[in-house]
Amino acid sequence: MQLTVWTYEGPPHVGAMRIATAMEGVHYVLHAPQGDTYADLLFTMIERRGKRPPVTYTTFQARDLGKDTADLFQSAARDAYARFAPQALLVGASCTAELIQDDPAGLAEALRLPIPVIALELPSYQRKENWGAAETFYQLVRALADTGARPPREGRRSSVNLLGPTALGFRHRDDVAEITRLLATLGIEVNVTAPLGATPADLARLGDADFNICLYPEIADTACRWLERQFGQKTVRTVPIGHNATRDFIAEVAALADVDPAAALDSSRLPWWSRSVDSTYLTGKRVFIFGDATHAIAAARVARDELGFEVVGLGCYNREFARDLRAAAADHGLEPLITDDYLEVEEAIATLQPELVLGTQMERHIAKRLRIPCAVISAPVHVQDFPARYSPQMGFEGANVLFDTWVHPLVMGLEEHLLTMFRDDFEFSDAAGASHLGHGASAILPGTGRGTGEAGGGGVPQATTSPVAISLHPSPEEANGSPPLAPPASGRGTWSPEAERELLKIPFFVRGKARRNTEKYAAEIGVRAITLDTLYDAKAHYAR
Amino acid sequence: MTPALPLALPTAPECAPVLRERGQREVFCGLTGIIWLHRKVQDAFFLVVGSRTCAHLLQSAAGVMVFAEPRFGTAIIEERDLAGMVDCNAELDRIVARLLDRRPDITLLFLVGSCPSEVIKLDLGRAAKRLSAAQNGARRILHYSGSGIETTFTEGEDACLAALVPELPATAPGAAPELMIVGTLPDVVEDQFQRLFAQLGIATVHALPARRADAMPPVGPNTRFLLAQPFLGETARALEDRGAVRLDALFPFGAEGTTDWLHAAARAFGVDEMHFRAVIAPGRERAKRAIAHCRERLVGKTLFFLPDSQLEIPLARFLTQELGMVPLEVGTPYLHRRHLAQELALLPRTTVISEGQDVERQLDRVRAARPDLTICGLGLANPLEAEGLTTKWAIELVFSPIHGFDQAGDLAELFARPLRRRDVLRV
Repeated sequence: MQLTVWTYEGPPHVGAMRIATAMEGVHYVLHAPQGDTYADLLFTMIERRGKRPPVTYTTFQARDLGKDTADLFQSAARDAYARFAPQALLVGASCTAELIQDDPAGLAEALRLPIPVIALELPSYQRKENWGAAETFYQLVRALADTGARPPREGRRSSVNLLGPTALGFRHRDDVAEITRLLATLGIEVNVTAPLGATPADLARLGDADFNICLYPEIADTACRWLERQFGQKTVRTVPIGHNATRDFIAEVAALADVDPAAALDSSRLPWWSRSVDSTYLTGKRVFIFGDATHAIAAARVARDELGFEVVGLGCYNREFARDLRAAAADHGLEPLITDDYLEVEEAIATLQPELVLGTQMERHIAKRLRIPCAVISAPVHVQDFPARYSPQMGFEGANVLFDTWVHPLVMGLEEHLLTMFRDDFEFSDAAGASHLGHGASAILPGTGRGTGEAGGGGVPQATTSPVAISLHPSPEEANGSPPLAPPASGRGTWSPEAERELLKIPFFVRGKARRNTEKYAAEIGVRAITLDTLYDAKAHYAR
Repeated sequence: MTPALPLALPTAPECAPVLRERGQREVFCGLTGIIWLHRKVQDAFFLVVGSRTCAHLLQSAAGVMVFAEPRFGTAIIEERDLAGMVDCNAELDRIVARLLDRRPDITLLFLVGSCPSEVIKLDLGRAAKRLSAAQNGARRILHYSGSGIETTFTEGEDACLAALVPELPATAPGAAPELMIVGTLPDVVEDQFQRLFAQLGIATVHALPARRADAMPPVGPNTRFLLAQPFLGETARALEDRGAVRLDALFPFGAEGTTDWLHAAARAFGVDEMHFRAVIAPGRERAKRAIAHCRERLVGKTLFFLPDSQLEIPLARFLTQELGMVPLEVGTPYLHRRHLAQELALLPRTTVISEGQDVERQLDRVRAARPDLTICGLGLANPLEAEGLTTKWAIELVFSPIHGFDQAGDLAELFARPLRRRDVLRV
């Protein structure tokens, strides 16, 4: 058993639902107890779909257990076929139905429905959502792709399949639009996009394409491998997230399609935005990255090469792609963090004290708690990351989106400069906090009696009501009589009050780093009492 | 799936026939109750023994609450646990020990059964006894089932409270009558009721559940209890088994429901009629004034309740009686006829009462009737809105303070808001 509060992934049948919901003309009959219908609301609420997911649940109850549940399954499948008239039917069991050992495959077979019925074996006690989605998509492709004659390649434009986008996918909707547009500029046509928006009839035509683009390996890798074997179709495996990756992607696609890549090699604004002087302060910002392997690896490349950050931590929650992540981590000279336990992620972030966290909604909450700026780069995500506006992650527009999304949570360059220069002025005092962290951002830590609770509404510091008083007392801490302490020490070294006060003069956004460095330095040289000198010795030591 | 069977009720001839259906049910399981129960009992922890699906359900239902160090979690059964049951028990002991180490503030632990744990017949009752004994009285460990195969949504609270009842201390024999309010209420509402009962002169009023595990109320033949929620059938039976007497009343929704509910207690405790009226008059008047704001918008509008929480019948009564709405169909996952007899009698004869669900057939009826307002779960709300039907999502009715005089206006507003929004939008 594993004790869990938060899970990065749902059970595998939720992955199957993501495929069924993404497609048209497919219906999924899920042998599941009453209550499992909760998963519908992920689609109707988080993704805001205006249609119910095409899923019929048997919703068996305790009194049905025994022979009855098999009948229940058959009548549910029969009714679903009659009511929804799908072109193909998926049948399978959720975790509880897996235990009662009715056989959805055999039971559905016995109905002799005049459409393809694809039975799913999704081991709920071993596997998770992404695996379930990949397996479902693979089974659909294998069952439905027409392996007959293929059209001749001569004398027509190249065509490709875009594989991997699903329902509940992070920015899948806009990534598809962006990549389709990009392919069009190369004169390449999209044969089938699947599973998002595809019908079973579309899957039958997969063999017509010249090659496949694996947009999301978590979902499409298994199917792509089968298509390689079945049709000899090559797979484009570069994931076009970031400016450079997009250029690599174009080069790879153009080579396979035998077209000139120049037409597509316009550019994102990212390179110039990143070179402009306002971005200088981004140099060496310490960033922690966690998400699904694909998005985490892509983000690490963008962070280091395109924004000039220092990647200090890299990890993913899906073990299926651990090998790729390990390779990427090695490239950044890091220990990979492969875990689905958010407490481990939290611990890693707390230890590393990065200046920016890129992760899922969970990392966003962790970062909020640790008061570190954060941006979301990967599922799982809340409703706000299914935005109304166009916001791809992929392609050149995607690179623009990445730049804005990641830089906004950071203190703007000029703002940071001013904060350092004028931090004793009341507008820029620590108590005012950083505008990007909003109401909860008072830099004085909780427990010191000077947190946001006292600051009043809207994060306005008390001090602003009396600027004169403040100008007479440049340091609000001293005015208060008892200096507030910096964050509770990690147990290494005892801070003298003088050093503690000096630490508070360091801007809050680097204070954590300064504290950590000083304590580390003190431990290294075997000093327990941290004085003013220790603080500045450490500063000199780390300035090497 | 099975043909609908309209049944006449032999026990309650005054109520309309009940449509009973069986088929796909679009409802939560009882595990969901944990989300409000853990807020109420501040030193209890709810450990679900289940699958990844259970954990995912709680996470989806609890939303951002998951990030606030909640006092609930899931022990996820894995492949190796299914291999042998002995291993499963040892694993559970290990997890509980680790959990209690990390959270020494927990004094009451609920092992909550799920569909997987019920199907593999993991004996959580015995596990709870074993683990309790190991705690040497320092902590209590109880169990109940919130599985979907046995419980629907709010029935999870019923199962939890029913598990608490045998643990409650006994009242002294021959003690003076005491009042107990049964059912989880938001603290603010509970306090309002406590104030009213104090003004009425009812000296001792307990709440089940109490806010702390060590303050759970005593029970005995001198206990008179009022159900604050309509979904507490098992809890009521367990209390009656210990000699407590249920006071029959309308549920405390709206001015009339709250008055009747308080009145039942006042009568049982011999409160003078004039004094009762004087005490409740200000609250009752406030409630009526607050409701009046919404009445104009809601009067004459048709209503369709899909089954969700068992609150449907009392709420339909409130909307009919006090706001002039017209209930077309009122669906409930389970109909407790005895506890709801008074409520049912106040609904129009033309209203279809349905118990259980075949969601596809029920949606066919919704589409045919095109009600002005459909009350349904979040899996159905947006799809129905996309079809041009106005909806009110039902879960909010369980999470929001809606009981009593001072919430009556808010309760009416919950139903008026979707209609007002429909009128203001110009897109």
